[in-house]
Amino acid sequence: MTEFFPIFIYIFVSLGLSLFILGLSFVFSVQKPDPEKLSAYECGFDPFDDARSRFDIRFYLVAILFIIFDLEVTFLFPWAVTLNQIGFFGFWSMMLFLVILTIGFIYEWRKGALDWE
Amino acid sequence: MLQTLDLQSFFINFFVSFGFSVTTANYLWLPFPILAVVISAFLGVLVVVWLERKISAGVQQRIGPEYAGPLGFLQPVADGVKLLVKEDIIPAKGDGLLFTLGPAVVVVPIFLAYTIIPFGENLIVSNLPIGIFFWIAISSVAPIGLFMAGYGSNNKYAFLGGLRAIAQSISYEIPLALCVLAITLLSDDLSTVSIVEKQASFGILSWNCWKQPIGLIAFLIAALAECERLPFDLPEAEEELVAGYQTEYTGMKFALFYVGSYVNLVISALFVTILYLGGWNLPIPIETILTFFQMNPDLPQVQVFTGFLSIIVTLSKTYFIVFLAILTRWTLPRVRIDQLLDLGWKFLLPISLGNLLITAALKLLFS
Repeated sequence: MTEFFPIFIYIFVSLGLSLFILGLSFVFSVQKPDPEKLSAYECGFDPFDDARSRFDIRFYLVAILFIIFDLEVTFLFPWAVTLNQIGFFGFWSMMLFLVILTIGFIYEWRKGALDWE
Repeated sequence: MLQTLDLQSFFINFFVSFGFSVTTANYLWLPFPILAVVISAFLGVLVVVWLERKISAGVQQRIGPEYAGPLGFLQPVADGVKLLVKEDIIPAKGDGLLFTLGPAVVVVPIFLAYTIIPFGENLIVSNLPIGIFFWIAISSVAPIGLFMAGYGSNNKYAFLGGLRAIAQSISYEIPLALCVLAITLLSDDLSTVSIVEKQASFGILSWNCWKQPIGLIAFLIAALAECERLPFDLPEAEEELVAGYQTEYTGMKFALFYVGSYVNLVISALFVTILYLGGWNLPIPIETILTFFQMNPDLPQVQVFTGFLSIIVTLSKTYFIVFLAILTRWTLPRVRIDQLLDLGWKFLLPISLGNLLITAALKLLFS
């Protein structure tokens, strides 16, 4: 646990530093808000509709796929560190796990979940 | 292993001799490495911004900055001062809190990665046993900041840009983690210091780049995509999305994104150095050099010299990778979003997974 203490202090230092940098704007710059400056940028036009519109479901798909593979990677970490101790039995157990996930990967590839976006 | 310079125990013994307890001396030691790392992070950004301007100028056969200070050295400082005095605008109907905190959430995890970078044998802020896994874990926090920035801007294009930036960021995290896993297999340990120590045996021939060529290429591509640098800089594609999620940002908030992007580049280059290029090791093992010059490794002067040499070696390798990244930026065209996601999911993911399995099989067969 003692190794994490510097990181704990460092989080506060970086956070403080970032917020300090953000706060510097208010000290050094003039603040003269006006409707033109505050409106959303749309290459010179007035914005057409509300910015909080619906978005493509493919972004959601990518996020879900990321979760699955990220969990796979998380399980791979302890396996990789202890591969010497668990030997070939451990290797083939992990292969079984990866084969199941690879079947899922091939299915989503063929179904087009990874396409057009 | 050589007995190397250990500033921390020297400092602690110094204070213990004055009557402080060991734990108090430990706490008193903390500000020094943290301060050193923060200062070197900022200096690194200044140098890399200047390097980028000069190298891009060289690639395009022009001179680049030359008026701000000798050779244009003060150009990044001038840029910073310019951004400092720009007005800070929070868009109307934009979510003020999300908009302001977005850059902070993107930048803090990048700064945090400096804690596990070893510049020398004992020159590391915190030698975590989980080392490199810490970086993989905290780099996953950055996409949240990107989304906060895109959504809080109340701008369709910023929102779309933020979504595409997240899609890019998370798609390339998996090949990145898989390449790191393959390195873990080679060194049996997640701690960055042991990863570098395992590359110390035969000089340049024992670096991981020879054992993991596919991993090196996959890691370089994935790291470039994580840093959102060309050829993967779609989130800030000038023509399409008008600087994407950064559209509505001005002044110091924009400066924070800018600084964060260059710190990310330096961190990725440092990790390439540590994982693949042997970290602080010289091409010839240090013991051979010391015996050749008949220097006694137990003398404190020699230890200071080797410590200093380690820092220089690490930084040279890092700036070589940074040079490669800058050269790539000004040479290759930008990829489209579907080409980008294809590259991440259909090419890099199977390749890095295959690399991992081959490495594991070879490791078990030959040990």
